[in-house]
Amino acid sequence: MFLTLLHRDLMAIARSPALWLPVMFFVLAAALFPFAVGPDARLLARIAPGIIWVSALLASLLPVETLLAPDVEDGSIDQLIARGIALELVCAARILAHWVGFAVPLLAALPVAGVLLGLSADDGTRIAIALALGTPALASLAVVAAALTAGLKGGGALAGLIVLPLALPVLIFGVGSDVAGAFRLLAAASLVALAVGPFAAAAALRPE
Amino acid sequence: MNALVIDNLACRRGGRLLFDAVSARVEPGGALLLTGPNGAGKSSLLRLLAGLLRAEAGSVSGGGRRAFAGHEVALKPRHSLGAELDYWARLDGGRDRLAAALAAMNLAGLVDVPCRHLSSGQKRRAAIARVIAAGAECWLLDEPTAGLDAASAGLLTAAMAQHRAAGGLIVAAVHGDIGLADAATLRLG
Repeated sequence: MFLTLLHRDLMAIARSPALWLPVMFFVLAAALFPFAVGPDARLLARIAPGIIWVSALLASLLPVETLLAPDVEDGSIDQLIARGIALELVCAARILAHWVGFAVPLLAALPVAGVLLGLSADDGTRIAIALALGTPALASLAVVAAALTAGLKGGGALAGLIVLPLALPVLIFGVGSDVAGAFRLLAAASLVALAVGPFAAAAALRPE
Repeated sequence: MNALVIDNLACRRGGRLLFDAVSARVEPGGALLLTGPNGAGKSSLLRLLAGLLRAEAGSVSGGGRRAFAGHEVALKPRHSLGAELDYWARLDGGRDRLAAALAAMNLAGLVDVPCRHLSSGQKRRAAIARVIAAGAECWLLDEPTAGLDAASAGLLTAAMAQHRAAGGLIVAAVHGDIGLADAATLRLG
């Protein structure tokens, strides 16, 4: 059941015209900073983790309007409920698919961003590990926000307002991942978000 | 197979009481037509039976597994019709029934067509094929003939007759005749 749901969600992402949008946005944002801040390599390398994390957070929110709203509008969610399929399962599959859709390409594009920002190999590896640990939380938050705003006009902007404050812990531990224990806190934030996310999103989708 | 029993059902939407004290019983092989003016609560009653709304009062029991075809067709525009129906059949554990369901609604030639290129009547037929393939005992159909041409309406009539002959139940919200022989009628509003 879960695999059928996940397979469908991944197919939907693979066929979406917006597939490349998050990763293009991520690379573009990283490419803009050297122009905006100036070619001071040391300064760029120092603020690079912050740039990368903010870009990643915004990239996770780009497809938020297409994560659940179309399924609510076209009756797919109704069909799932009528079949007695747990919405928690549906949302868990959606979180995993969203993570695969935005975080995996983002990690693949990280070396490019790293070169543009003048990151050392060591720092690049550290940020890659931090991103791998922290992005599941971002995926979970994005799906919860998508569920809360599905069916609302301008839901995407509202979803951003919902996610940004909740994503602060991930951002803080992600950028400060050179401090001892930051990886563990990052992983803990992801675990909490992943544990709560499917239930929160399902509660938001459930009919009154 | 057992009867679908609707007992003293009430439904409230947006603070307004749509209907209350609605009772009905549909035996295996039987059919119930929901009639009434626009806004009387036909669709809401169907959604209630499908588990998509909570009842204000009363209860629904029996009838076996239910399959629902509402106004929204739940087909993804970029996916092919075949892939879409196969996904739902997979969730229903009914992939072996899918070919027959496609044939019954005359959709076998359209399986490779992306859903965005289908007409609204073809989408409606696909939604009915999904109900057939679900293998559920109780069909919940919301204006199933809306947008169907005469030939397709005939296919629907045949499919419903076959379903009832096999002991299935049908509850349908209708405005006109949809070709259901000796069906009970429940008038709302």
